[in-house]
Amino acid sequence: MAPHVDALYIFLLIVTGMMALLVFVLLIFFAARYRQRPDVRAEQIEGSTALEITWSTIPFVIFMVIFAWGAVVYFKERTPPADATEVYVVAKQWMWKVEHAEGQREINELHVPVGRDVKLIMTSQDVIHSFYIPAFRIKQDVLPGRYTVEWFRATKPGVYHLFCAEYCGTQHSGMVGSIVVQEPAQYEAWMKGASTGPLSASGEKIFAELGCATCHRSDTQGRGPNLQGVFGQPVQLEDGRTVTADENYLRECILDPGSKRVKGFQPIMPTFQGLVSEEQVNALVAYIKSISAAKPAGGAKTNAHLVSPRDPMSEQAQAQPNAQPDRSQVQ
Amino acid sequence: MWSWLLTTDHKRIALLYLISITFFFFIGGFFALLIRLELLTPAGDLVQADTYNKIFTMHGMVMIFFFLIPSIPAVLGNFLVPMMIGAKDLAFPRINLLSWYIYVIGGVIMLHCMITGGVDTGWTFYAPFSTSFTNTKIVEAGIAIFIAGFSSILTGLNFVVTIHRMRAPGMTWSRLPLFIWAHYATSIIQLLGTPVVAVTIVLVAAERALHLGIFDPKLGGDPVLFQHLFWFYSHPAVYIMILPSMGVVTEIIACFSRKRIFGYHFVAFSSIAIAVFGFLVWAHHMFVAGISVYSALVFSFLSYAVALPSAIKVFNWTATLYKGSIRYDAPMLYAFGFLGLFTIGGLTGLFLSALGINVHVTDTYFVVAHFHYIMVGGAVMGYLGGMHFWWPKISGRLYPEGWARLAALIVFIGFNLTFFPQFILGYMGMPRRYYDYSHMPEFQVLNVLSTAGATILGVGYLLPMVYFLWSMRYGKPASDNPWNAAGLEWKTASPPPTFNFDEEPVVTWEAYNYEELDAPHKEEVPVAG
Amino acid sequence: MPDNANASSLTAVHDHHGEAHAAHNPALLHHFVEEQQQRDAASLGMWVFLGTEVMFFGGLFCAYLVYRRWYFGDFAAASKTINMSLGATNTAVLICSSLTVVLAVWAAQTARKALLVSMLILTMVFGLAFLGIKGIEYKDKFEEHHVPGASFSFENVPIPGHPGQFANPRHAQMFFSLYFVMTGLHALHMIIGLGIFAWLLVMAWKGRFTPEWHTPVEIGGLYWHFVDIVWIYLFPLLYLIDRHP
Repeated sequence: MAPHVDALYIFLLIVTGMMALLVFVLLIFFAARYRQRPDVRAEQIEGSTALEITWSTIPFVIFMVIFAWGAVVYFKERTPPADATEVYVVAKQWMWKVEHAEGQREINELHVPVGRDVKLIMTSQDVIHSFYIPAFRIKQDVLPGRYTVEWFRATKPGVYHLFCAEYCGTQHSGMVGSIVVQEPAQYEAWMKGASTGPLSASGEKIFAELGCATCHRSDTQGRGPNLQGVFGQPVQLEDGRTVTADENYLRECILDPGSKRVKGFQPIMPTFQGLVSEEQVNALVAYIKSISAAKPAGGAKTNAHLVSPRDPMSEQAQAQPNAQPDRSQVQ
Repeated sequence: MWSWLLTTDHKRIALLYLISITFFFFIGGFFALLIRLELLTPAGDLVQADTYNKIFTMHGMVMIFFFLIPSIPAVLGNFLVPMMIGAKDLAFPRINLLSWYIYVIGGVIMLHCMITGGVDTGWTFYAPFSTSFTNTKIVEAGIAIFIAGFSSILTGLNFVVTIHRMRAPGMTWSRLPLFIWAHYATSIIQLLGTPVVAVTIVLVAAERALHLGIFDPKLGGDPVLFQHLFWFYSHPAVYIMILPSMGVVTEIIACFSRKRIFGYHFVAFSSIAIAVFGFLVWAHHMFVAGISVYSALVFSFLSYAVALPSAIKVFNWTATLYKGSIRYDAPMLYAFGFLGLFTIGGLTGLFLSALGINVHVTDTYFVVAHFHYIMVGGAVMGYLGGMHFWWPKISGRLYPEGWARLAALIVFIGFNLTFFPQFILGYMGMPRRYYDYSHMPEFQVLNVLSTAGATILGVGYLLPMVYFLWSMRYGKPASDNPWNAAGLEWKTASPPPTFNFDEEPVVTWEAYNYEELDAPHKEEVPVAG
Repeated sequence: MPDNANASSLTAVHDHHGEAHAAHNPALLHHFVEEQQQRDAASLGMWVFLGTEVMFFGGLFCAYLVYRRWYFGDFAAASKTINMSLGATNTAVLICSSLTVVLAVWAAQTARKALLVSMLILTMVFGLAFLGIKGIEYKDKFEEHHVPGASFSFENVPIPGHPGQFANPRHAQMFFSLYFVMTGLHALHMIIGLGIFAWLLVMAWKGRFTPEWHTPVEIGGLYWHFVDIVWIYLFPLLYLIDRHP
């Protein structure tokens, strides 16, 4: 991603440099050439519509080029590849807690192999933070109460700065860390050393410990929906809407079960808000993903389904044609 | 003394404002000095983390709400708007005085808040940090800003009604000085934008004091909603800060080129366009905040749209110099400085509006440099230029021209040295609001340069304080129109009598009638100092 | 907007802005050229001020609308627990008060001092009635533990139209937070309005208003109408979510 950003940056430097140069040269030239002189009077010039149109249109065209280029780069930045390796990040004052899908945990560090697409699924335990890797030219605010996503593919081994870029209190300056990019072999070695078992396995344990399996059975007899294969699939809700079961949806179901109840089930699921930590939620989500099909339906929607469920764009993008978001029609 | 505190004369009220905002400027400047001193070294060794966080917060809050927002409108606007349109006073003189008292009350509360502990949220006081996680005096600071906001609203209200209803006979909209157009546009923004930040402050205060969970995610609230409400005002606010300055610069350039402004109507409508479009771009502060890709696209596009009228103005100002007869008095030096620095600041705005770049440089020193170029390199330069230009009218004295030119130069050099390195720091990745960068010692060199520049800049700001005060006693008395400038304000005495004009002027000439002014005799304009 | 007419005789007039509370006698106002200009300025000033109030309440309405869209069912359940009859009564009260305001302005225009005074008093009575009814509603909410905070409770309240589904208490609390902020700010504006009208009453009683000059009555009336209109929006937004006959 970085080279794309830098290319645009250099283009901007050149274009704005030229515009600035033009203005400065004119300013200096006019200031000198038209200095007050004893026998010379200023010439009153009303204006020139032609000139106004010219110097409105040309900059506007330039601006649109910059806009389009910037938009393309941004779109790539915000569209993680479908098969990216997922890493969960939990931000808290004032540290980064990182958890790989395979179970390795890190504090203020993230090990990744070179050349692999890595997608960060991030949330905050307290205030808004921001996960910033200057070397990769990427940044994404990390919010409490929902997941946000960031992705990158490191191209050179090395150690790179990680900063928190959204002011978060006393030790905001101290919330720094490193992205450690390793050759694949080194990375494998590190993974084995750090492993505590895959995240989804911890999730499975939590699933059992908290009694989720009592209602969410893997047959149709459960009082809760069967979660096999649910991740990434459209889900019909009691209120008539259809949503996609993405990470944010699963999280919401655990912490706020009434809000998007699945059609055909009673509203009896208790909330686990306050009973599970963010890391445990991540583990549960990882587990539920692991018992689903390998890929969500429709790879092209990869980015959209990780947007907050409250984002109207995501729901409209996924909704069935006849789904009615308007509850007043349900009677 | 009482005649001053109970005055309804817009000129005296302007001077009351001058004293108060200068006071707050130096307080904000003091905080800036502390910030730069801390950042001389990578380690956080001057002050503690919490203290530093309070310092940059107070620097922002004081500078924005108690200096920049009032500055030109409350001082130069109050002083000049009635005179420029040929009126005896503003439409609501008592409300004008009230607005000053409201400002002072807000200022006193802010001072009290700072002295008794201050606030550490950043001037942007994002939720949920400001609502649920900090123990500093948010509610008190919020009250101070809320009250100061009323002052801003009343000033805007006064200007709008005055400009609509109190123009002298013959003073049509097309004959208004562009300073008036700029203040009109500014007033629209003050009126429509400030109430939204006011209600945002009310919600934050309610959440803190009454435990209502409007922005609290644990209760289903959305912290990003706070950002939308906050920036809906705070983006237009930056146009409140720059538009008046553009108005000042327009007047100065016309006078010191001895010409009508090139493209009068385009400049006038650009001011209005900036005000209108300025309300449509707020979420460009939120590209990485978690808004959807599609929202981001829309706001990026609109941000380029709002850049266009500013560019048009720069071109028009430059074109005004063509075939002019240019003098380099201090006001004009400040205007030149404005043109250079505002151009750079505005062009870096193009970087920030580009989505792909914004992701990298937002929340870094790149943004800090960008907005200081506009607010300090733009707005403050304009303010100083205006103060020099109208000083003879306001005080009846001439300031020392040699010292003034020197100060302008020092400010220009100091400013660039302070803030240009910050663009580089930002692209290198130095985040904002860091007091300790010991993990990145490579940032030190540029920070040292920046602090050196800040010291120079400080000297440049102190000089006018000194010589303006000096001139009030020892400066040469000024004539009615020492610059032979166009505009009704120059047809009054220096300083003007209480009701400005002995009889109501009847305007039969276009604005910037420099041809007429220079026609009768080609005498030298008396040089100040 | 016509350009100002040529200067005519300076008449004894004075302007008033809805927010200022100082009492003034009609006196020579030096900075205006003529009465019409002064009246126009006062009127424009009040309209502009009301524009700022629209933005103030507008921001609040936006926040409300966002959350209502997200938590419609919970908001419907919460809305059902606030007393629609009292709300409707208040709406009628305010509409009547606007009528009395209009009559007061007419009375001032036509030199009917007795009518002016009585209409001003009646307007204030309506205003006080509104606040009284609001007080009853607040008390009810307090007793039902619907005031956000530590003692808030909203368990097992069904969502209208969805048997078996209960409202989420946290989202319901959001509704009540917004309810109290919105109606509270409105009530505050109402109290300020009562203050303004008290002042108008004193002035009217002293016979200060004439058909030639009664600007404060007009401007005060504008303010009151605005406060009324805000309520006209608040009432359906807050009280009438998903209600069915």
